[in-house]
Amino acid sequence: MKTELVIVGGGPAGLAAAVAAYDAGIRDILILERDTALGGILQQCIHNGFGLHRFGEELTGPEYAARYIDEVEKRAIPHMLETMVLSVENKVVTAMNKTRGIFSIEAQAIVLAMGCRERPRGALNIPGTRPAGIYTAGTAQRFVNMEGYMPGKEVVILGSGDIGLIMARRMTLEGAKVKAVCELMPYSGGLNRNIVQCLQDFDIPLMLSHTVSRIEGTDRVTGVYIAEVDEKLSVKPETEQYIPCDTLLLSCGLLPENELTKGAKIPLDPITGGASVNENRQTATDGVFACGNVLHVHDLVDFVSEEAALAGISAAQYIQEGAKASSRSLSVSASGKVRYTVPQRIDHTDKAVRVFFRVGSVVDNAVLTVKCGETVLMTKKKRRMAPGEMESFEIPVSVLEKADGNLTVCVE
Amino acid sequence: MKCFDVAVIGAGVVGSLLARELTKYELSVALIEAREDVATGATSANSAIAHGGFDPVPGTLKAKLNVRGTQMMPALTKELGVPYRANGSLVLAFSEDDMVSVRALYERGLQNGVDGLSVLNAEELHELEPNVSDEAVGALRCTSAGIVCPYTLATAAAGNAVDNGAELFLSSPVTAIDKKDGIFCIRAGKQVLHAKYVANCAGIFSDEIARMVGDDSFCVKPRIGEYMLMDKSEGNLVSHTLFQVPSKMGKGILVTPTVHGNLLVGPTALNTEDKQDDATTREGLEFVKKAATRSVACLNFRTVITSFAGVRSVPNEEDFIIRFSKWDNHFLHVAGIESPGLSASPAIAQYAAELLANEGLNLTENKQFNGSRKSYHWFSELSMEEKNKVIAENPAFGRVVCRCETVTEGEIVEAIHRAPKAMTLDALKHRLRSGMGRCQGGFCTPLLTEILARELGIDQTEVRKNTEHSTLLVGRAKEVQQ
Repeated sequence: MKTELVIVGGGPAGLAAAVAAYDAGIRDILILERDTALGGILQQCIHNGFGLHRFGEELTGPEYAARYIDEVEKRAIPHMLETMVLSVENKVVTAMNKTRGIFSIEAQAIVLAMGCRERPRGALNIPGTRPAGIYTAGTAQRFVNMEGYMPGKEVVILGSGDIGLIMARRMTLEGAKVKAVCELMPYSGGLNRNIVQCLQDFDIPLMLSHTVSRIEGTDRVTGVYIAEVDEKLSVKPETEQYIPCDTLLLSCGLLPENELTKGAKIPLDPITGGASVNENRQTATDGVFACGNVLHVHDLVDFVSEEAALAGISAAQYIQEGAKASSRSLSVSASGKVRYTVPQRIDHTDKAVRVFFRVGSVVDNAVLTVKCGETVLMTKKKRRMAPGEMESFEIPVSVLEKADGNLTVCVE
Repeated sequence: MKCFDVAVIGAGVVGSLLARELTKYELSVALIEAREDVATGATSANSAIAHGGFDPVPGTLKAKLNVRGTQMMPALTKELGVPYRANGSLVLAFSEDDMVSVRALYERGLQNGVDGLSVLNAEELHELEPNVSDEAVGALRCTSAGIVCPYTLATAAAGNAVDNGAELFLSSPVTAIDKKDGIFCIRAGKQVLHAKYVANCAGIFSDEIARMVGDDSFCVKPRIGEYMLMDKSEGNLVSHTLFQVPSKMGKGILVTPTVHGNLLVGPTALNTEDKQDDATTREGLEFVKKAATRSVACLNFRTVITSFAGVRSVPNEEDFIIRFSKWDNHFLHVAGIESPGLSASPAIAQYAAELLANEGLNLTENKQFNGSRKSYHWFSELSMEEKNKVIAENPAFGRVVCRCETVTEGEIVEAIHRAPKAMTLDALKHRLRSGMGRCQGGFCTPLLTEILARELGIDQTEVRKNTEHSTLLVGRAKEVQQ
């Protein structure tokens, strides 16, 4: 079977990419989704706060997803549900589902939009026993919001990522007692509004520079030890204190899910964990694009949609016009407090380019510079930058024209 | 009253293989397990190695049974559909003193009858394993060593025993054993089972079982071993199992690929008192990291997907304790099976059956015995065309539930209903690897919970991780009260 454009993943990124590619003139599109419905992880995010940037109003996750699903349905863009993509190789996508078995699709272009997964307990290497009652925040969220079951009554949460904060409130509203949220770093990785609305409003203590040092319980969790950490993030044993609980939720970071990308031998950025892309979100392989949380973990879905639309339009152009020749390619690298940038390279300098990045620690009175060698091409200031929030700025054409070599983005 | 010919207490790898061995004969066999599933004790958390057999003292049961067991392993695992790989092992030396030990191990290996031994110099070593640390100056190579999945071996053995007529009693902890008119009455959970012979394969609890017939001739103490399992991205870092020159406490920290393509490092060796304590510790994990880095300097511990600890049963005698109780010559101890227990297990089963025969158990061949068994991974081993045929007949094989390890609903449903029935999340994990991949069940736990509840006809709130009180959910949303 042949299709012009295959989109791997029917979450917010895949949906927005499909709609944008359709509107750019592509009709032969197929979205492959592994879950039983389109919408991805938004379907379990029943809290509001989505869509402020994109729609100028506060929507719940399912409402935000529904807007895009409606657009996909209006355009009658085909999709397959409960369909797992097994491999992507030389623009051949091999997938599997109940009705077709294993099948292959030859695509002209592919948009990778597989999203991300949560860092599990094992990857955190928390010592102790391995009882029931340890979940990632997202797994707990699915149990509560989708399946209608409560995973526990007395909860400690490790990690103050947004899902952890949201679940602190959700579990509380469902009748559970959230005893503490511990954060390894001296600052939260979540949005400020979530700290206020999900913790402070419910008197849930946020313990910065704290971690779970040990898990207890043979059948089910019976308690955890929490402890302060030093500057090197090592546990200070003398600060250990015991909190009885039956559940430990983990919200310790998201990892782009790039096993297919690796299988396709597409190079990844070791910092983002996603593919290395140009300003059109094209990976190192012509005609293969990536967007959303599979590319880099976003703070707001609104920006996922925006990025995915760009990837969708770029894929459409690729199908219609073939690979666009690059007159000169500039790499973009991170420096100072900047951990990474997306895109990692600029292949075409005839249009302004928006660069997204995150800082590695909280920076007050931040000064952002874009340099080419020792030459400062542009400077911007911001009162505060934090790792939990994705930052972006636009490099105008005038600046790109001035660059005669690779770019460095720096925050001090 | 049904009276079994033999009751095997403990369905770890030793008990399960012994039960299977006995079904080769016209015997009625009970396999009695305290826990909710087979293979939950030392069998579930160990180094997963079939050792060559150069380490045990010549002439001991350990030496004889290790060498024979490892020789049996390739054919046995093939017959039972269990993952096994003859990857060979290396004992690394980091100094000239170590090289002396390596040569001594070589000599001992020859004495024990181990095949495929050679001593490598630094150059040969580094050519064979380029990622071995530069500090290693030589090694003992053993090409007859391999790696095996211990819990799949035990599960397949127990399942095959059941296929051949054995009865498996799960969740049946043995609390008392009496003897009346030459027949053992075994209180196992809620039932009383009767048997002419008993094989005590109760692992870390085997001394407590022995006490039930008044035998206090030995004791076993728990020794904890902590491990870290790394992502499949690291599975090809080394091809051999890498040991360091052994100490009194064990074979030291090893670095080894697993049959499933991950990399395993560990174990520590810490004597404890609590037989149920399988907690990892910060110190232990740090020690593993440090010691493992000595063998392979480029280990990337950011790729660790899980850490765990196993409890080994260390006897107060030097050798395996495989003998009849002095108090009863129909009560056979198969105890103190510490390392190289997994390697020796196929030979232990055979040897134990021989001992029972010596004490009058009638070993008449069971002509119906069928020792082969379909692998749990049969579906993933099919060609694309064959898979499509299966999916057309049963669409559940087309639905991937565990995305990291590509486990389908069809395989899950089959494992739930096939002997020994998988009734918990861990049971499924041990059979199919669902939830054992890089996301560690983050995505598939809710799906597996739903499938288990549906197939077992229970509520989702009754679905357990493993033990009776390890339920995953505390109630319906909106109904929870503090």
